[in-house]
This record gives sequence, structure tokens and C-alpha cells, in this order.
Amino acid sequence: MNWTSLDEFLYMGGYGLYVWGSYAATLVVMSVEAVLVRKRLQAAVGALGNSEASG
Amino acid sequence: MNLRPNTFAAPSRFYAMAGTLTPWFWAAALLFGLTGLYVGFAIAPTDFQQGDAYRIIFIHVPAAWMSMLIYLVLAFWAAWGWMLNARMASMYARALAPTGALFTFIALWTGALWGKPTWGTWWVWDARLTSEFILLLMYLGYIALTEAIDDPRRAANAGALLALVGVVNIPIIYFSVRWWNTLHQGATISMTAAPKMVSTMLTAMLLMTSASGPIVSRWCSPALGRSCSSRNPTTNGSRDWNVDPLARRRRYT
Repeated sequence: MNWTSLDEFLYMGGYGLYVWGSYAATLVVMSVEAVLVRKRLQAAVGALGNSEASG
Repeated sequence: MNLRPNTFAAPSRFYAMAGTLTPWFWAAALLFGLTGLYVGFAIAPTDFQQGDAYRIIFIHVPAAWMSMLIYLVLAFWAAWGWMLNARMASMYARALAPTGALFTFIALWTGALWGKPTWGTWWVWDARLTSEFILLLMYLGYIALTEAIDDPRRAANAGALLALVGVVNIPIIYFSVRWWNTLHQGATISMTAAPKMVSTMLTAMLLMTSASGPIVSRWCSPALGRSCSSRNPTTNGSRDWNVDPLARRRRYT
């Protein structure tokens, strides 16, 4: 284990801002992706249901 | 149901399969991701040169790989849909574009945050950075073009042409660090030589790549919505591309 305390872990050898800035942005983007995918899938299934009901 | 190569070319069957598989892909992504983070932060040692700033590599490199891989897959399905007039293939291509754009954005963003402490600058117009930025523009251009055309088939075909032309950019990104003398470092991982990094660092990176892999395979489910649901379902929607050729002419005259 490289870290002895939480502070040290967050400090990241002085690069905390850069490292956690990267990971935080990735987390946000991946969450956005999950939401987008969900919406697209619902739209697709909805459209499919409609077209099969009407056709 | 008999399984044939084109079994899942039918949207209804495809959605059913995608719905079943999605939770498993999520589980795999989570498992690989958490393991990768653990190895990357708890086990991999601090770099003697870059300190802990290098730990950005565990998302930077996988994201950059994915940004290029997704583009190739997108171009493949776009071409397939164009050649064979396969609706589902064109939908895969369009569904992949936002995901690819997001991965490209992550690669650029983490690259900037890595560049600042190690190079002293957020951004520089070096060959690798510039070509990756062009990749982001290709994704955005592809999305804009396909979204701007109402007729799904015309949108898919126009997008396919753009996507295929853009493929030339992928080898440029990949070889840019070898072709030009750039600020961006050369490849750490090569098919032909032993990796120039500690094995635990490599393990963490590959685990993180595997975590993004299943996310990509969700092109299964991310699918479609946009391209499948026609904007005007009462007219000739995407469901029946070829049913009414006049409908398209009517709309464009």
C-alpha cells in the first residue's frame, strides 16, 4: 500500500488537483453516457412499440 | 428461434438481446474498473520521474485507445450499412458516435491535466494532440451531419462517407509520435517489444481498458433511439426505408 493516510492519498504527492481532476471528469462523463444510453434505449423501445402497434 | 447470422438484424430481437446483456456488461465494467483502480492506486508504485501524476495514465491511455477503436468500429458498421443497405448496421454506427466522442473528450481532458504538471502546459499543437483533437471534430461532425438529415437512410449514407474519409486520421494519430518529433511521449506499449513500464502499472492499465471495453460493447443497447425513432413517425420512418420511395422524393422537392 502506497498511502498511510487519507490526506496523503488525496494529496497524491502534490498532484492531487491533476489526478483527481482527471478521475472526477471521467466519472462525470461516464455518468452522462449512462443517462444518454438509457434515454436512447427508452426512445428506441418506445418507437418500436408504437410502430408495431400501429403497423 | 433459429439462430442465423442475421437473426439480430431485426430491431425487435436485437433490443430483447441487448436488454438481457446490458446488466452483465455493466457488472463486468464495474468489476474490471474497481480492480483496475485498486491495482492502479494501491499496488502500482509511485513513478520515480513523474511522481503520482502518472496515475492519470490509467484512464488517459484506455480512453485514447477506445476513442480510436470506436471510430474504426463506427466506420466499419457505417460502411456495412451503406454497402448492404443494412438498417441495423447504420444504427450501430450512429449509436457509437456519442460514446466515441465522450472517450475522445476524456483522452484530451486527462491529457491536459497530465500535461500541465509534466510539460508545463495544458495544451500544445503537437502532432498527437492535434490529430486527436481532429478525431473529436470528426465525431462531432458525424453526429451533426446525421442529425441534420431527416431521412434515416440518407443520413446514414452521408454519415458513412464522412466516417470513411475520417478513417485516414486513425493511423495518423497512432503513428504521430513516430512520424514527427512531438512533445507527446512515444508508445509505452508496443506489439513488438516488451512494455517499458512496471508490470503492476501495466496490469492496472489493461484492467482499466477492460473496464471501458464492456462499456463500448453496450453499443448493443446504447443503440439506436435517435436513429430508430423517426422524427416524424407518421411519414416514411426508418422502419420502412424502402417501402415508399416517393415519400422521400416528396420531402426533398
